[in-house]
Amino acid sequence: MSVTRRDFLKVGAAVGGGLLVEVWSPGTARAEGWKGSAPFAPNAFLRISAEGVTFVCPQVEMGQGIMTGLAMVVAEELEIAPGEIRVVASPAERAYDNPEFHLQLTGGSTSVQADFEPMRVAGATAREMLVAAAARRWGVSPAECTAASGAVTCAAKGKRATFGELADEAARSDVPRKPRLKTGGFQVIGKPIGRLDARPRVDGSGVYGIDVRLPDMLVAAVVRCPVPGGTVKGFDGAPVKGMRGVVDVIQIPAGVAVLARDTWAAREGAAKLRVTWDEGPNAGIDSDAILADYQAAAKEDGKKVRSDGDAARALAGSARRIEATYVAPFLAHATIEPQNATAHVTADRCEVWAPTQGPGMAKEVACRITGLSHDKVVVHTTLIGGAFGRRISQDYVAEAVWCAKAAGRPVKVVWSREDDIRHDVYRPFALHAMQGALGPDGNPVAWSHRVVTQSIMRQAAPEIIPAILPAWVPGAVKGGAARLATWFLGRADEAAYEGTEAVPYAVPNMSVRLVTRELGMPAGNWRSVGHSHTAFAVESFVDELAHAAGKDPYLYRKGLLSSAPRNRAVLDLVASRAGWGTAPPPGRFRGIAQHASFQGFAAAVAEVEVVGGVIAVRRVVVGLDCGRVVNPNLVAAQLEGSVVFALSAVLKEKITWKKGRVEQSGFGDFELVRMTDCPVIETHLVSSDGPPTGAGEPGVPPVAPAVANAVFAATGKRLRTMPLVLPG
Amino acid sequence: MQPMIAFTLNGKPVQADVPRDMPLLWVLRDVLGLTGTKFGCGEGLCGSCTVHVAGQATRSCVTAVGDVEGKGVTTIEGLGQGRLHVLQEAWLEHDVAQCGYCQPGQLMSAAALLAAKPRPTDADIDRAMDGHLCRCGTYPRIRAAIHKAAGAGR
Repeated sequence: MSVTRRDFLKVGAAVGGGLLVEVWSPGTARAEGWKGSAPFAPNAFLRISAEGVTFVCPQVEMGQGIMTGLAMVVAEELEIAPGEIRVVASPAERAYDNPEFHLQLTGGSTSVQADFEPMRVAGATAREMLVAAAARRWGVSPAECTAASGAVTCAAKGKRATFGELADEAARSDVPRKPRLKTGGFQVIGKPIGRLDARPRVDGSGVYGIDVRLPDMLVAAVVRCPVPGGTVKGFDGAPVKGMRGVVDVIQIPAGVAVLARDTWAAREGAAKLRVTWDEGPNAGIDSDAILADYQAAAKEDGKKVRSDGDAARALAGSARRIEATYVAPFLAHATIEPQNATAHVTADRCEVWAPTQGPGMAKEVACRITGLSHDKVVVHTTLIGGAFGRRISQDYVAEAVWCAKAAGRPVKVVWSREDDIRHDVYRPFALHAMQGALGPDGNPVAWSHRVVTQSIMRQAAPEIIPAILPAWVPGAVKGGAARLATWFLGRADEAAYEGTEAVPYAVPNMSVRLVTRELGMPAGNWRSVGHSHTAFAVESFVDELAHAAGKDPYLYRKGLLSSAPRNRAVLDLVASRAGWGTAPPPGRFRGIAQHASFQGFAAAVAEVEVVGGVIAVRRVVVGLDCGRVVNPNLVAAQLEGSVVFALSAVLKEKITWKKGRVEQSGFGDFELVRMTDCPVIETHLVSSDGPPTGAGEPGVPPVAPAVANAVFAATGKRLRTMPLVLPG
Repeated sequence: MQPMIAFTLNGKPVQADVPRDMPLLWVLRDVLGLTGTKFGCGEGLCGSCTVHVAGQATRSCVTAVGDVEGKGVTTIEGLGQGRLHVLQEAWLEHDVAQCGYCQPGQLMSAAALLAAKPRPTDADIDRAMDGHLCRCGTYPRIRAAIHKAAGAGR
């Protein structure tokens, strides 16, 4: 694991200390009392002063618990209790880039994987410098001193000093070139401690993006073209300007914004505003037409994703062929906190407060719109009311900056729920056309998979690329690079097929090909991204093969996983914990699935009951191997959340298009799983001391096929379209 | 001149110079500055905006402020009356919150439930909490925390 990108920060007392004053971390537990820069800042991540230890978390906290997880990693090497560390959100600075992306972006279940080693180094560096300071003070060698519980002691001299007391001197210690890391015997890593930032999330004090209030601030409601890509032809702001609380009505690139003194006034104004649109080229987008096109596209040759042996020939030569087509709809993220952002733009400064997964991208957007240089733009990452990939896009940040620039005073843009459902960056629609052939023993001899879907990266690239390039690259060059990358990525977007290329089952002849379509609506990363639909197809199809072979679906998979031990181990784990092979309670039926994603290996067993033609999921046993577990409590929470998130898609969610418009508008027609729909969820972790990987996404993919396979067991009906609905 | 609307908020008298049909949610958040009550949908479908009006769990996004005139309103900021409510303690013990955005609303409904039914069954919990959405999927921990608080409280 490379930590070189961060090595330059080791001398960063000036870099870090200067930045730190800017850190604004509403609602982070113990964030109060911050008084300015600290005397000892061994790297960008740690500040130690008489007031205590502050950890500047490089990854964005959006509910997954990363502030706690990474604080634990730091605490382990620093030798302090995690609860003694004050954790704050990092400012938008390249020092906090995610090493996985070379971009300040939290996503893709990368945080623990990318930052486990760097945060250990950060903690160990500080510890060695503190120990060296103590040794100098007491005239002993560092070897005679021990760091523990936030203090350094020297038993021989009977001395003890807290980290805070040593901070001034520690800043003068040499920076160790290679601090010594623990080789085992972890005291903090692996313990199921509670979230360090839980309290402001239950007492109402946490400040989410939508809660930001600034002096003289206006609130904006934006009326956007119902058709993606449409533009304003005209509007009459005069009648709206006379309404209570409305201050102005202005045109911005996203549409027309009503600026008002409170959210309700802005919303009322937006409801009255009449805008005429040039709907542009996407006014014909239609879900039925997309399905028909995808069905035809499945016969196209597409682009090679994987090719082993000769699948076409093996299929043609087989007497036992199975064919199936699976369909997954467009999906919205539906974070409960709707999109929002606040900005304040003056002649020489821009400040942004946003619930964003990508502070670096937000900063780049603000620079582009204001024309200000990077050192004049500050981004404050607030608490985030759910993200799930939605907040990788920075559209709401752009709206706030445009509004604030025009208004000359702070503006908070707040989306309605309808805005949020109708102007999302959607999980793409996908169709999977699959063919398989069985040999005499029932095992597959051929596997052909044609994926038809939309590229995500092609649309995300214009925001991502400029934030990856160094700050000194001129804006125009960044724009050109983004266009080039867009073109390139649109041709080979892993997010479109991920999960289909790494099918772990032993099949001698395998062909996977990808056909992509450009459809005009925005596409985005939705928790587990491509895996969210590819696992449904692959793991449903394996189940169909098992059934055709007359084999038990668990044992069939297991038999084909001899060269995939981690997939097999987690499959075995859930099978055994779920009681696979024993009779389920009366009326219940089980389905099983496994799927690897984001460096993690997951499996699930679902128990369903069909009541009056409706699918009820009663129990889900989910297992994960994500290497060494930093905090089992947090990983369990992520798995529970993954199951619920997946079940909403399995049972309820669907975004459809008619005349270029999204047909759904809120939680009445884009329904999510509620308490009554929620099964008993049992989570199990594979014990491992391998490199730690992320837990936010891998639990999602196996849930849908496990449920679909259970429905087949219950009814004999193979449901191949999500959400799963039994024919009336 | 519209007359001021007066009600009791977390035990203290307040007045707001707003239209009677303005939703209580926005009066609380934008006019009175209490942002613990959250906006999620504006249609009473997600429960994030839940407060107590005269002790009843109420969706503040679809409640006109004029309708609470003279009544007592309690928000998440006033739930524990200066300390943590037994439910908030249970929420912390079970580490319920992930993003936490929906939790103030969940807690307000759970508190109304316990006030009416100190020992709720799973079916009681389903009924009381089904109007709430949690996209992070904390339902199992919410259920466990309500049972815990019910056991601890009395």
